[in-house]
Amino acid sequence: MTSAETSPVQAPRETFVLNLGPQHPATHGVLRVKLTMDGEYVVRAEPVCGYIHRMQEKMGENRTYAQFLPNTSRIDYLSAMTYTHAFVGVVERAVKLQVPPRAEFIRVITSELNRISSHLVWWGAFLLDLGGFTPLLYAFDDREKILDLLEGITGSRLTYSYYRIGGLYNDVDEAFLKGTREFVAHMRPRLKMYRDLVTENIIFRKRLIGIGPIGAEMCRKYGATGPVIRGAGVAYDVRKVEPYSVYPEFDFIAPTFPEGDSMARYLVRMEEIAQSLRIIEQALDKLPAGPVMAEKVPRVLKLPAGDYCYAVEAARGRFAVRIVSDGKEIPYRVKLRSPSLSNLSLFEEASRGMLLPDALAMMGSLDLVIPDIDR
Amino acid sequence: MKNALKEIVSGFNSLLTGLRITIGQFFKPTVTVHYPHETLPIPARFRGHIELVRDPDTGKALCFACKLCERACPSDCIIVEGAKLDGAKKKSVTEYKLDFTKCSLCGSCVEACRDGAIRFSRDYNLAGWTKEEFIMDLFAKLQAEAQAAGVPPAAPATAGAVKTEPAPPPPTQTPPPAAAAPKSEPPKTAPVAIDAP
Amino acid sequence: MTNLLNIVFAEPYRLGLALLLIMSFVGLNAAYLVWVERKGAGRFQRRPGPTEVGYAGLIQPIADAIKLLSKQLILPDGLDATLFRAAPLLVMAPALISLAVVPFSEKLLGRDINVGLLLIFALGSINVMAIMLGGWSSRNKYAIISAARVVSQNVAYEIPTLLVVITMIMVTGSMDLNEIVRQQAGGFWRWNLFRWDVNPLAPVTFLIFYTCMLAETNRAPFDMAEAESELVAGAYTEYSGMGFGVFFMAEYANILLGCSVATVLFLGGWQSPVGIGPGLFWFLAKMYFLVFSVIWVRWTFPRTQFYGLLNLSWKILIPVSLFTLILTSAMMKMF
Repeated sequence: MTSAETSPVQAPRETFVLNLGPQHPATHGVLRVKLTMDGEYVVRAEPVCGYIHRMQEKMGENRTYAQFLPNTSRIDYLSAMTYTHAFVGVVERAVKLQVPPRAEFIRVITSELNRISSHLVWWGAFLLDLGGFTPLLYAFDDREKILDLLEGITGSRLTYSYYRIGGLYNDVDEAFLKGTREFVAHMRPRLKMYRDLVTENIIFRKRLIGIGPIGAEMCRKYGATGPVIRGAGVAYDVRKVEPYSVYPEFDFIAPTFPEGDSMARYLVRMEEIAQSLRIIEQALDKLPAGPVMAEKVPRVLKLPAGDYCYAVEAARGRFAVRIVSDGKEIPYRVKLRSPSLSNLSLFEEASRGMLLPDALAMMGSLDLVIPDIDR
Repeated sequence: MKNALKEIVSGFNSLLTGLRITIGQFFKPTVTVHYPHETLPIPARFRGHIELVRDPDTGKALCFACKLCERACPSDCIIVEGAKLDGAKKKSVTEYKLDFTKCSLCGSCVEACRDGAIRFSRDYNLAGWTKEEFIMDLFAKLQAEAQAAGVPPAAPATAGAVKTEPAPPPPTQTPPPAAAAPKSEPPKTAPVAIDAP
Repeated sequence: MTNLLNIVFAEPYRLGLALLLIMSFVGLNAAYLVWVERKGAGRFQRRPGPTEVGYAGLIQPIADAIKLLSKQLILPDGLDATLFRAAPLLVMAPALISLAVVPFSEKLLGRDINVGLLLIFALGSINVMAIMLGGWSSRNKYAIISAARVVSQNVAYEIPTLLVVITMIMVTGSMDLNEIVRQQAGGFWRWNLFRWDVNPLAPVTFLIFYTCMLAETNRAPFDMAEAESELVAGAYTEYSGMGFGVFFMAEYANILLGCSVATVLFLGGWQSPVGIGPGLFWFLAKMYFLVFSVIWVRWTFPRTQFYGLLNLSWKILIPVSLFTLILTSAMMKMF
């Protein structure tokens, strides 16, 4: 419902400023949104970021390529594997390093597991925003299984630092492969339960259908990617459009829903979980034997002078790393293209005239991770 | 009108389905671990803070202070010093401090060490009262461990101390000639054999 | 001894004793319903709930009460001190008074008034005003906005409540709660919920009453006022320590009141469904079953949007309850 439809008074009204401060009961992180409100309606929403700026890009200019790798996990901690993938991908592309196929397949499996775990956190937190407390715990129960699997091979639960330039830190074991298959079998009925409990629930549907419409034009204008643009009907998925790693070998779809409202973005992510399960299954079936580390990785890694870029489909959208090198072992510039920043930037225009809880529901459906915005 | 009624009925049914699901979950057992009454087993590859590996025969640290780990660390948390004891071929470590307040558990140090002299511990109960407790003196810890195990600590090693302890094979390393073959074999020989501390 | 009992149970003293018992009943319930809710929430979420404080967390409410009591009662600048202090009391009092006319068993009630139902709903409206006072006197824009929302929500949901109650009064012909229960004697098929001869939509009526009860007590899924309002605590923002504690207790007291009225009106009050068993036991069993269902509903559903809430009331509940009222009167007239 926009202000134009329901507000009977056309004359300029008194507005007040409400600060959705950096501390949120909701789970988005340290983002400040300065809202100019007209009663219950949002006149202007001005996001102020920078509360968690950690100078990741500057750190990139002071560390060697191997030393910067742990930072990549921490940019977006929910989608850590995919971010590390982008970084090792760009370095490997620059030195033309051939990664063994087994490492590529394991990278895909772990990235997709990471994507599922990120979407589960998003799902639980989104429902928490809307007032449903229980699904968060169910999502975390499933996520715990993923974290246990990944802990078994990497040793960490959130910021993995598992990939290395040229391959992986170490190989996976039989327990991981067996556990992942069990997880896939366990997760499918859980998705059905989530659909019955939440997606079909009338209260939930009334909260989301028609709320926060974001059209394809607005997405293009602001560079929004990921489920935001796929929920607007545009089939843009980096895994399909700029394929990388071994994704061309798998049979999956990038789910797209045309409506453009919060419900469409929700359904995109739920369907992505199902598609990720498909990819994992196929990858497990096709997993080749072999080494997990490239043979000739130079001890001291110097990229030839030039400009290199690599993009991945992270849980939030298109994450790209661009490295400008001047031939030394420390990059000249590391640029991290943040999907959440582009997704957030359309919030100001999209939330004009919306009721405050609707605007918050829309912000939740954008799936923002603030450390990714601020880097 | 008819649509409205249908919507009411289907909406009400969705509410009943939701209630049915939650009451089903009500009667199932809890999935949480009731810490501290129960604890979870820690996986073999768990990344706790690093620790020095001891040669079981001599009781000495395998580390000879080559400082590869200090150079590899992105956060500058390791300080390692060594000195050549009389009669020894290589240096021995005399000081090994880890500033755990800065460590990100990335594993670059463990990877960089060519001789398996450091490894991840499985220590997670790390609550402390002061910051100084987290500037870990790993060498002192090793000494204490050696003493507890009864082996005389810091005895000048005889020439050519043999590496008999099956240290967990280090993960795949960047220097290609030393890229140890065992890691790239199929999973059944995967390096998970961390013997109990 | 008989003389003493005669004196004690003589009328003014008996009422005083009844009120005292009610206050302790409500107090005990408010404390331990919190425990039930937290344990219930935990079990719905596959986790244990409070376990550390006392066996199975049973002393947790006492620990919480001590914590609330030990907090400083902060009175911000510029607020209307009298109203600010009066608001929690005004929220608590109607529930306590109304419970004096609810029959816990055939003999156990504070006062057998022949307009008991009227008393309950008259006092129920004070509730709304009290929250408004609490929000207004806080001198905090979030509190005022949230209080305004609560008022519009409660007013919207009082209408279907009253329409439903009028339907039930028509069916039973009396406003005396004990009389209503006495009419439902003889087994569960005689309960008002199953009296489809006069009110074929009796289950719908019950559902409407239940929904309105959830909305009146500001429980999820209708808890916009206290949960989300501008991401602060809503009308209770400025209350600290025991002031907040009293609001909290009042919420549970209102839930108790709502569930007991629902039990009396629809589920036969203290009448046993099978013909045996003490009245008090059956009353409490039915009431606590309804309370459990309130907790169950809270932890299952997300919150409605504010206009959804109002739409539900004005566009769905009021027409349906009007329809049942007319239908019931038609059925009664014809048969």
